[in-house]
Amino acid sequence: MKFSEQWLREWVSPELSTQALADQITMAGLEVEALEAVAAKFEGVLVAEVVAKEPHPDADKLNVCQVDDGSGNPIQVVCGAPNVAVGQKVPFAQVGAVLPGDFKIKEAKLRGVESRGMICSASELGLEEETSPGILELPLSAPVGRSLRDWMTLDDSTIEVDLTPNRGDCLSLKGMAREVGVLNRLTLNNPDLAPQAPSHDDEFPVRLSAPEQCPRYVGRVIKNIDVTAPTPLWMVERLRRSGLRSIDAVVDITNYVMLELGQPLHAFDLANLQEAIEVRPAKKGERLVLLDGQDIALREGTLVIADCDKVLAIAGVMGGEHSGVSPETRDVFLESAFFTPLAIAGQARSYGLHTDASHRFERGVDFELPRQAAERATALLVEIAGGEPGPIKETFSAEHLPGERQVRLRGSRIEQCLNIRLPDTEIVDILERLGMQVSRDVVDVADETGAWLVKIPSWRFDIAIEEDLIEELARIHGYNRLPVRRPAARLGLVADDERRQPLTRLRRQLVARGYQEAITYSFVAPELQALLAPDMTAPRLANPISSDMAVMRASLFPGLVKALTYNLNRQQSRIRLFETGLVFRGELDSVEQIPMLSGLICGSRDPEGWAARRDGVDFFDLKGDVESLLKLGGNEESWRFEPSEHPALHPGQTARLVHQGEAVGWLGALHPALRSELGIKPDVFLFEMRLDALTQGRLPAFSVLSRYPEVRRDLALIISDDIPVQALLDTLRECAGEWLTDLHLFDVYRGAGIAEGNKSIALGLTWQHPSRTLNDEEINQLVDTIVTESSQRFDAELRG
Amino acid sequence: MDHLPTLVAEARAAIAKANDVSTLDAVRVEYLGKKGEITTLLKGLGKLPPEQRPEAGERINQVKQQLSGEIETRKRELEQRALDARLQSERIDVTLPGRGQSTGGLHPVTRTLERIEGLFTRIGFDVAVGPEIEDDYHNFEALNIPAHHPARGMADTFYFDANRLLRTHTSPVQVRTMESQEPPIRIVCPGRVYRSDSDLTHTPMFHQVEGLLIDEDVSFADLKGTIEDFLHAFFERDDLSVRFRPSYFPFTEPSAEVDIQCVMCSGDGCRVCSHSGWLEVMGCGMVHPEVFRHSGIDTERYTGFAFGMGAERLAMLRYGVNDLRLFFDNDLRFLRQFT
Repeated sequence: MKFSEQWLREWVSPELSTQALADQITMAGLEVEALEAVAAKFEGVLVAEVVAKEPHPDADKLNVCQVDDGSGNPIQVVCGAPNVAVGQKVPFAQVGAVLPGDFKIKEAKLRGVESRGMICSASELGLEEETSPGILELPLSAPVGRSLRDWMTLDDSTIEVDLTPNRGDCLSLKGMAREVGVLNRLTLNNPDLAPQAPSHDDEFPVRLSAPEQCPRYVGRVIKNIDVTAPTPLWMVERLRRSGLRSIDAVVDITNYVMLELGQPLHAFDLANLQEAIEVRPAKKGERLVLLDGQDIALREGTLVIADCDKVLAIAGVMGGEHSGVSPETRDVFLESAFFTPLAIAGQARSYGLHTDASHRFERGVDFELPRQAAERATALLVEIAGGEPGPIKETFSAEHLPGERQVRLRGSRIEQCLNIRLPDTEIVDILERLGMQVSRDVVDVADETGAWLVKIPSWRFDIAIEEDLIEELARIHGYNRLPVRRPAARLGLVADDERRQPLTRLRRQLVARGYQEAITYSFVAPELQALLAPDMTAPRLANPISSDMAVMRASLFPGLVKALTYNLNRQQSRIRLFETGLVFRGELDSVEQIPMLSGLICGSRDPEGWAARRDGVDFFDLKGDVESLLKLGGNEESWRFEPSEHPALHPGQTARLVHQGEAVGWLGALHPALRSELGIKPDVFLFEMRLDALTQGRLPAFSVLSRYPEVRRDLALIISDDIPVQALLDTLRECAGEWLTDLHLFDVYRGAGIAEGNKSIALGLTWQHPSRTLNDEEINQLVDTIVTESSQRFDAELRG
Repeated sequence: MDHLPTLVAEARAAIAKANDVSTLDAVRVEYLGKKGEITTLLKGLGKLPPEQRPEAGERINQVKQQLSGEIETRKRELEQRALDARLQSERIDVTLPGRGQSTGGLHPVTRTLERIEGLFTRIGFDVAVGPEIEDDYHNFEALNIPAHHPARGMADTFYFDANRLLRTHTSPVQVRTMESQEPPIRIVCPGRVYRSDSDLTHTPMFHQVEGLLIDEDVSFADLKGTIEDFLHAFFERDDLSVRFRPSYFPFTEPSAEVDIQCVMCSGDGCRVCSHSGWLEVMGCGMVHPEVFRHSGIDTERYTGFAFGMGAERLAMLRYGVNDLRLFFDNDLRFLRQFT
């Protein structure tokens, strides 16, 4: 909603500066979005009359004019505007005038002819943004010699208010003035809405076939109007200052009344209406050519205005081209109706439209307003375009009009909600100024803080319950004058699962290992997802913002790989990223939303430095990072890495992460074929795992520290390269007895001394008994068992 | 015996000449060792007349002790010198950088979310999370936003079908909590939210933290106190001006937008605050009774307040980030600034 400050002040004029007024409006919940001068700065421009005009002797398109600026002597000006004519009143910039953009007017010679001043166009005065084709013609009543700025009252501001959707009642000067009046406890100067006496008896019949959607329709026939009559400058200016362009007298007047009172109006050319107006739902297959020339197919059920053989308009949205007012129109039928918000809501948008009318009807227009608005428009039409009004014809369905709404307001509830006891007088005053009728609720006399019955005015569609009234009181009283307190609560401890690894801890572990956290979009390019998670389905958005954000991520890989390439393309060579978040797997109806943790590494093992390990990362760097996460939970033994294959990963460098028998993640090298497809040069290693498994840790359990010596034996076993070390380790643990306290692998060797296709695995085993010293014999026996079992199961051989 | 002074002089010269511990030790052996010159003299005492022995013995012992002391002193001196030399040779340039893995960093949004969660959990709020693919009921209907409500136009929604969508706020988590938990309820709900908007100041995904407090005797005054405290704590500025502006959300009544004095220009007016001196940072209000009714909470007994804020916006103001889109480019040069 955009309007002129002067116009508002005609209704109500508090003693506040422009800025203070805007601030006050903002703080009442009607946010002032912009405050702008209605005209750029200029000076030295007067109203003048063109008294003579002759063609320029040396230029076809120029005229030499004499203008009277009230100084007594005609002034010679060369003018290039095509529309300049003798007798016109025009804005005239004298020598010495300064126009917007600091353009100074000086004496000049144009093709040899002296010119002392300039006749201005609207755009040259900063009144229009687009370059005007000719000079601005002023009404003949404009007083010669008067400062144009004063005469046009251009020292005015446009106030633009960004209204929340509940405040449809403020989409008019009247509504804004009502608010300003309440805030300043001032009464309004209402415009004259006296009924216009009919000068003939012509009516046009109206039938309401969908009274639940249109319960009131006011129509009036106005004959013999002159559509070509000029709209008065004051109205053009007010429209302009509200962001509307002047079209013709009829359209301008309907727009003006809409801005003034809030009632959208429509004028039909009576000559194009057949028999009767019917307000009804559109039928199957009906079409309409809109005012803007669009030919649209109407959906069945859309509320339309029709006559006996065609649709004339989409009710409350936009009129049709063929039934509208044209320069030839003589007689008009004026529509001023109430369409319910539900009937209009969503309609405009569904046709890709948004109009001033639909904007208002969707939010609710005062259902008591149509008659007043019709009278106001009639008065203006008669005044400006001539015309003879017929009688007002109001068609309505009383049972479908919104009923009287009454809300009970208790003083105790105000206190409960706002923690303040407002004086009764203030409560009643605020509500009454807002247009409500307030009476004491005698039923609820028991409540010592009092109660009221409040009748809600017809223009407030947003007030239905007690809390709505409390908000009104708070709003007008001033939010910032309301008390401030800190909430009180019982201090109650709650149990905390100590086994659970908080996500914050997992994140910090990766940070400590050099990873940067990334946050990538949850929707990804389907092509990238098809490459990185080809065996998964994920829901697709019906209305994605772009095709590369069309499908939900089934894996965190696509987002991280995208972030990787983004950084590789910016000369980053060592990249370590991780992300946590949901992935979305399966068809929509059974979609799983699973919290995951994923990471990737590429580049050198250490950051570049004088003492850094310069070799590139490999699988085991990544595995070490993953293991460090698993170790946080203290139950590493519940995790396994199993050789496996994943379509996006290198088949020989991929492990499935298994937790308590359940596959919960992957780690591996990005498949070289994929890398080349994605244009990624360095090796990349990625992991992804379910967070729920990762956050399950264990509760530490103490075991007694032995006072007896530990025994260590180192073994080197030669096994085939095909046998995973994990299998050997499992066997060792199985055979090493219950006193084994540590088993670790300290070397893997291939080469001289070891047959091709084999590897030597060096292992350190440590035993310790809690209550006695272990003897050599026991240990030797265990080692023997280990060697025998390994040899039987894996053909392992003890390295000499 | 007569050559004792000569011997001492010779020994002293040898001690002084010894430049390392082993040479010095050879000197010690030469004079004081089992077959050393002095030892030999002592052994030769028996050859002296008995009456001369005590005096000669004392002189020799004196000399022995003296030399022994001098050797010891010299030894310590040499050891010190050797240590000095070793230390000198082992000098390193301690200004060279250390070795090993660098430290990464949290994303600034995570950092901000953790900070906000921390401030609220410290005073007794729990953190609640929920699904991001939501249904129409939890995202709109239960929050008093029926179909065709003009407020649906306020949030451009990503849909999967007529009923399933990407949540446009974290309010559905509040709804789910109210459905499953009895008051008192004190939660904050951080998480990703989605709106189909993409330009200089909008990304189709961003993060919100919403909060909800429901109890007996909770009023708008408690809301104001909580929000003011939070903003002062978050920006670590107790003098930060905070104002509440009436606004509209279908799920709260009364509703407010919260502005803070611009943290960039301290309210003088700058580009960031569009020269108004104020920055809009969050929305809040008293929970609408209709929302309570959907979850079966007694509206006469309980009242509550809710609030919601954008994590990116707060992070931008806190760290001076001037472009929202940087948060999702994941440019390492950007991310590293928040380590």
